[in-house]
Amino acid sequence: MESGILNADTVVQWIERAAEVIEENEKTLTELDAAIGDSDHGANMARGFSAVRGKLAEFPRDDIGAILKMVGMTLLSTVGGASGPLYGTLFLEAAKISAGKPEIDRVVILQSLAAGLAGIQKRGKAEPLDKTMVDALGPAIRAFEGAEGVSLAEALAQAAEAARLGAEATIPLVARKGRASYLGERSAGHQDPGATSMWLLLQSLAEAGAE
Amino acid sequence: MKKLLNAPSDLVKEALAGMALAHPGLLRVHVDPAFLVRADAPVRGKVAVLSGGGSGHEPLHGGFVGRGMLDAACPGAVFTSPTPDQILEATRAVDGGAGVVHIVKNYTGDVMNFEMAGELARDLGITTETVLVNDDVAVENSLYTAGRRGVGATVLVEKICGAAAEAGRALADVAALGRRVNEHGRSMGIALSPCTVPHAGKPSFELGPDEMEVGIGIHGEPGRRRAKLEPADRITEMLMHPILDDLPFQAGKDVLLFVNGLGATPLLELYVVFRKAHEIAAARGLRVVRSLVGPYITSLEMAGVSITLLQVDEEMVRYWDAPVHTAALRWGV
Repeated sequence: MESGILNADTVVQWIERAAEVIEENEKTLTELDAAIGDSDHGANMARGFSAVRGKLAEFPRDDIGAILKMVGMTLLSTVGGASGPLYGTLFLEAAKISAGKPEIDRVVILQSLAAGLAGIQKRGKAEPLDKTMVDALGPAIRAFEGAEGVSLAEALAQAAEAARLGAEATIPLVARKGRASYLGERSAGHQDPGATSMWLLLQSLAEAGAE
Repeated sequence: MKKLLNAPSDLVKEALAGMALAHPGLLRVHVDPAFLVRADAPVRGKVAVLSGGGSGHEPLHGGFVGRGMLDAACPGAVFTSPTPDQILEATRAVDGGAGVVHIVKNYTGDVMNFEMAGELARDLGITTETVLVNDDVAVENSLYTAGRRGVGATVLVEKICGAAAEAGRALADVAALGRRVNEHGRSMGIALSPCTVPHAGKPSFELGPDEMEVGIGIHGEPGRRRAKLEPADRITEMLMHPILDDLPFQAGKDVLLFVNGLGATPLLELYVVFRKAHEIAAARGLRVVRSLVGPYITSLEMAGVSITLLQVDEEMVRYWDAPVHTAALRWGV
């Protein structure tokens, strides 16, 4: 990877890596969801990313926005549940920022992630600390923005680490959104599955960016 | 896990194929994306009524597709909302030019997917109205949660809206009636045993041999509390009192009493519950003028029961009595 720039090939590698990681972690995500949700997060995400993987060959290599849009539309039509619209929205909003761009720099990456987060919050009406994917993506964006004076690869790694810590930090939280919210106090003590899958996606991005 | 299953990923698809073969006169199945429509859809000039949600609650919703009830049903994966493209295609397939009512159970995923589908339909020039069902009184603190869940009243909303649409009522009227049914209906359930989502392979929660979950949701979401198992009459009281206090139901009013099996509980036991629920309603001065007993909104093979009480008016009763011809509800034909 050229320093400071993500090109379309790296974005494709990210999506490919994300599909692998989601598949590897299907059982873990399902177990987390069984504890506070309805046991379908792993299967839903795996179904969605498997469909995305099937479209890798069709991805245009000169337009990151078009790639992200295809990912978003595919997730929207295959994942279902709450995660489908939310992850679909993340990629579709990010796609608008990077439309027509064969490569994106840190500023555009930050704008794309921020647009994705705003879309997720608008669609899902979640606030920070509601025990949702927002609690992984929010800290990741702040870490990425704050990672000055380091390479892009290092900034992405710091974002992924912040997402991991953010996902872990959902453990003591009481869920306010989604199906886990019905548990009330009983939702505390479990890591949020959506925050966990969000961390896995950002970890895949950091891995693709490091290559 | 002991189920009649080939592969978990084929379950919904194979069940839909079975429905198409079993009820060719009533419905047609569209494969990709998956949805069911009544055999004569779209009906020109008639408001179409569409519902959908995760699979695993059969006969809801596919079993209610047919004349006098739903024009279309969109099944998602087990306990997983259908997707916007699926809902959009079903909406297009049943739109007869008079608009489409979307009946949506209040779950985060269902609400978001239907919301996106409604936006896409509007872009295509199809008018939709959404009726959100949220009748589960077990959810307390609904300000701090995703809100009350849609459960038993969904069946009643689908029947009454379907009949109103069949009678030629306009889109806004059908939707308003559906909302009125939701506003006057309250439900609560208990689980005696959990269910197993095929993909997960093991029960989504554990209950001891002498325990029950009071206020269970139809996906195994927990309710108000876990309690020691009690006799049927005592359990019926535990469900009826929160329901009666919530609306509140007024003495002298007419009600529809719906006792629903969650999947594994036999009809024999449901009638025991119905008997006691009827007695409690009567003691509050309510007249049970219509009833429904059976497994209509289930949670896979969960054992347990839910009770729904709907304070009816003359219009609701008229549409409840109207002919219906579906795989799971059939009268007047």
